[in-house]
Amino acid sequence: MKKDKLIIAKKKFDSRLIVGTGKYKSMTECANAIKFSGAEIVTVAVRRVNISNKNKPLLMDYIDPKKITYLPNTAGCFTSKDALRTLRLAREIGGWKLVKLEVLGDKTNLFPDMIETLKTTEVLAKEGFRVMVYCNDDPLMSKRLENSGADAIMPLAAPIGSGLGILNKINIQIIRKQTKLPVIIDAGLGQASDATIAMELGCDGVLVNTAIAKAKKPFEMALAFKNAVVAGRQSYNSGRITKTLMGNPSSPTEGII
Amino acid sequence: MKKIKIKVNGKVKTVLNNSKLSDLLKNLNIPIKKVAIELNQEIIDKKRTSNIKLKKDDKIEIVHFIGGG
Repeated sequence: MKKDKLIIAKKKFDSRLIVGTGKYKSMTECANAIKFSGAEIVTVAVRRVNISNKNKPLLMDYIDPKKITYLPNTAGCFTSKDALRTLRLAREIGGWKLVKLEVLGDKTNLFPDMIETLKTTEVLAKEGFRVMVYCNDDPLMSKRLENSGADAIMPLAAPIGSGLGILNKINIQIIRKQTKLPVIIDAGLGQASDATIAMELGCDGVLVNTAIAKAKKPFEMALAFKNAVVAGRQSYNSGRITKTLMGNPSSPTEGII
Repeated sequence: MKKIKIKVNGKVKTVLNNSKLSDLLKNLNIPIKKVAIELNQEIIDKKRTSNIKLKKDDKIEIVHFIGGG
């Protein structure tokens, strides 16, 4: 089988599973879950340093940014201004240009504000960022993001942290078909089979956080997602059979005694 | 020397007037390579913190990466 790599902003990755680093019980648990998942890219948030507790553990001490690609996000940003400020700071921490943009529009459903997102994508692309964009499962908006300089389209499967799985498979397929960019399913997956479905729809990768971090056994779930992504990609590449309404015997009908 | 009040990550701190940003970072035990710094909403070049003198009501933000989805 020929090498089938995920390419984002000209960088090549073997793993098509991106994992979030939030919601874990400890940094050790988070670091181990990443190992089990085989992920080469992890999302991270930008927050204030705790200046009153100088001994608080640092993420970088547990997850080596030289070995794992950090993907700074704008989680918690509700305006273009806040998102830009966050990512400019992220870049300053250590030269990160590959970023995940998410501008949220509603505190309860956490759906993205696509008008602010589109505006921000344009600015970031002009400033030299490589932008992976969290968005609705809306083919028209995805196209506009592509035209605005996005490097990857990241449509949601369902609301962040909901575990509902892919709600609109048709839209995801349309988004995949119409774009040259990698399509990464972001948000809303609940179990490993959801990732397989995403990959079988032709997506280039999936991003998972809560489904692993909040599983009863995060390490086992991380491994399950790793395998599910591989299985889904292999299935997609193998070319599935055509669906038929009626049965079609698997054994020869000739020579029946 | 005159003392002034500044804000660091939203908390009020008292420092000497015209003291250097680099000294404040040293006192707070900040791992410079793992953070980004803003002074009054402008990003500071981390190599130049010893050239920056703190003034009354300065607002400093020091951020780093934490776990997130």
